[in-house]
Amino acid sequence: MKGSEVRVENADKMFGEFHALKNVSLTIRKGEFFSLLGPSGCGKTTLLRIIAGFEDPTGGAVFLDDANVLPLPPNRRHVNTVFQNYALFPHLSVFENIAFPLRLKKVPFPQIKEKVVQYLQLVHLVGHENKKPNQLSGGQKQRVAIARALINEPSVLLLDEPLSALDAKLRHQLLMDLDLIHDQIGITFIYVTHDQSEALSVSDRIAVMNEGKVLQIGTPFEIYEAPADSFVARFIGETNILDGTVTAHDENFYTIETDGLGPIMVTSDRHFDLGRRVRHAIRPEKIDITKEKPVGLPDDFNIFHGKVSETIYSGFQSQFYVEADEKVQMKVYQQHESYLERGPAIRWTDEVYLNWDADDGYIVEMI
Amino acid sequence: MKSRVGTAYSLPLTLWISLFFLIPMAIVFLYSFLTRDTGGGVRWEFSFDAYLSIFKQTDSGRFLYLDILWYTLWMAVAATVLTIVLALPCAYFIARTSNNTLLLFLVIIPFWVNFMIRIYAWVAILGQSGILNEGLIALGVIHEPIQFLFNDWAVLLVLVYTNLPFAILPLFTTIEKFDFGLLEAARDLGASHMGSLRRVMLPNIRGGIITAILFTFIPIFGTFAVPDVMGNSSVFMLGQLITSKLKMTGDYPTASSLSVFILILTVVGLMLYNAFQRKQERDKRVVIAEETT
Repeated sequence: MKGSEVRVENADKMFGEFHALKNVSLTIRKGEFFSLLGPSGCGKTTLLRIIAGFEDPTGGAVFLDDANVLPLPPNRRHVNTVFQNYALFPHLSVFENIAFPLRLKKVPFPQIKEKVVQYLQLVHLVGHENKKPNQLSGGQKQRVAIARALINEPSVLLLDEPLSALDAKLRHQLLMDLDLIHDQIGITFIYVTHDQSEALSVSDRIAVMNEGKVLQIGTPFEIYEAPADSFVARFIGETNILDGTVTAHDENFYTIETDGLGPIMVTSDRHFDLGRRVRHAIRPEKIDITKEKPVGLPDDFNIFHGKVSETIYSGFQSQFYVEADEKVQMKVYQQHESYLERGPAIRWTDEVYLNWDADDGYIVEMI
Repeated sequence: MKSRVGTAYSLPLTLWISLFFLIPMAIVFLYSFLTRDTGGGVRWEFSFDAYLSIFKQTDSGRFLYLDILWYTLWMAVAATVLTIVLALPCAYFIARTSNNTLLLFLVIIPFWVNFMIRIYAWVAILGQSGILNEGLIALGVIHEPIQFLFNDWAVLLVLVYTNLPFAILPLFTTIEKFDFGLLEAARDLGASHMGSLRRVMLPNIRGGIITAILFTFIPIFGTFAVPDVMGNSSVFMLGQLITSKLKMTGDYPTASSLSVFILILTVVGLMLYNAFQRKQERDKRVVIAEETT
């Protein structure tokens, strides 16, 4: 592996009265595609800027392969950054932008040319080398920024919301390209984003952050399927949250008396005492919606009756808002393949049945 | 239809430029080809004498006016360079200060004081019995007053002082618009602090630097009051020469021909500079076609 391990220990950052980072510790493995995910103001960019060397933490330490990098200025760290607004040098051509780090090192021109061409090919920009940044589209600018950040062969590439200024289709394309580049060069990528679908689709691991704290670190699968708390559950994907009290449990099978819907069955590997207040979550796509009362379901399925209060058709799926038991609004997503096979579409104000497996529900946290 | 509306919009500007720029220029140009009259005016006779007088030699074989031109050029270049070098850090500092209204106000304040008074203020500071000499004597550093005035250094000092605001203001406006994130990018890519300023900031504020140079160089090149008060009376700057031609001898054609001559020099200089820029831009293009096929 060419990448470095990045270790952040108890990083703390105050901006005046504002506590941007609160005692953050995490280890990013060599060659990993690691995402820092969270809403704006959660401290993810501050953490990235501390690793890059643009900010000094108020407390804590940052190690690259066991070497403390905090005393080093940005130009002495073997780390390069792709900036949100590209930060291309407007007075230089695409070629000279990418060549900038090599020019600083006074590399002879034939070698510069050879290497710039290699990186132009990597980001598919051959033919644009003599253009100025203002002659490029947003996606092309970002490719130049990526090539420029990689040409120094850093051991860690920092990406600060690199795709946020692009439209959805281009964003997806560039994300796939980034993933491919990561596979090709094998260095550590640290990717800051507020877009959970970006983070889920390309990351090896994700750190979910909020209000200056890391709430959970895990693979996309772990973060989605087993969110550490209700913030993570709500922030990653959509979820239905139901609070309730544990009324019965047999091994890992729990019954929760929810505040709105009555008893819900759920399985959990963790232990919860009887009478404990807990927060239960169920993803909308895991709920099945039918017009007829389902028959022959196993005992551990939760079944509720309700009325559709809103339908949103979005091509590949439909989203329903269902007033379950006329008290609690539940979100339900139905993929269209199976949904159309089932015959007549479910419409607004239809009476419906919702059911889900107790295994698919999840006790997020105690409250 | 569209173009007619456009013409209407540009009419006030056309009038303004004609009235205050083109017509005066034409008058100067016309006068430079007329004959000097003994009474201090001109005779309407075509003559090339005024231009020939620029290259007039003294008995000892020296070109009097060209020497003055040369001396003026050096003084103007030196004063402009000093002004820009001082103005850059000032403008940078003002642009990076969050509350810069007060600082800008301080830069502009001297304009409220009469230009001549500002020059004579320096006499009060640097003169034989000025503040500086009195102070140094009081401190016992010197016993006899030093002659600070009436030399090139005094002229340069006051030229820089009077022109500093004209350089700071255009530099401030361009530096304020500069994206300081680019400096972070340069640092990230391996540039030192000074390296990032030199390689990224300077080229991107070039427009402001050129404006500042023009705003200072041109008035300094034509200045007469500052060398008149502060300078050595045995050497002339061009502005003094032209003024004296007008005021002392009433030699309008020579004064005009000198002005036209400077104008031609400036235009030729700018054209050369432009051609040089274009050539540099062309030379920077790289050809990588062979590697890609």
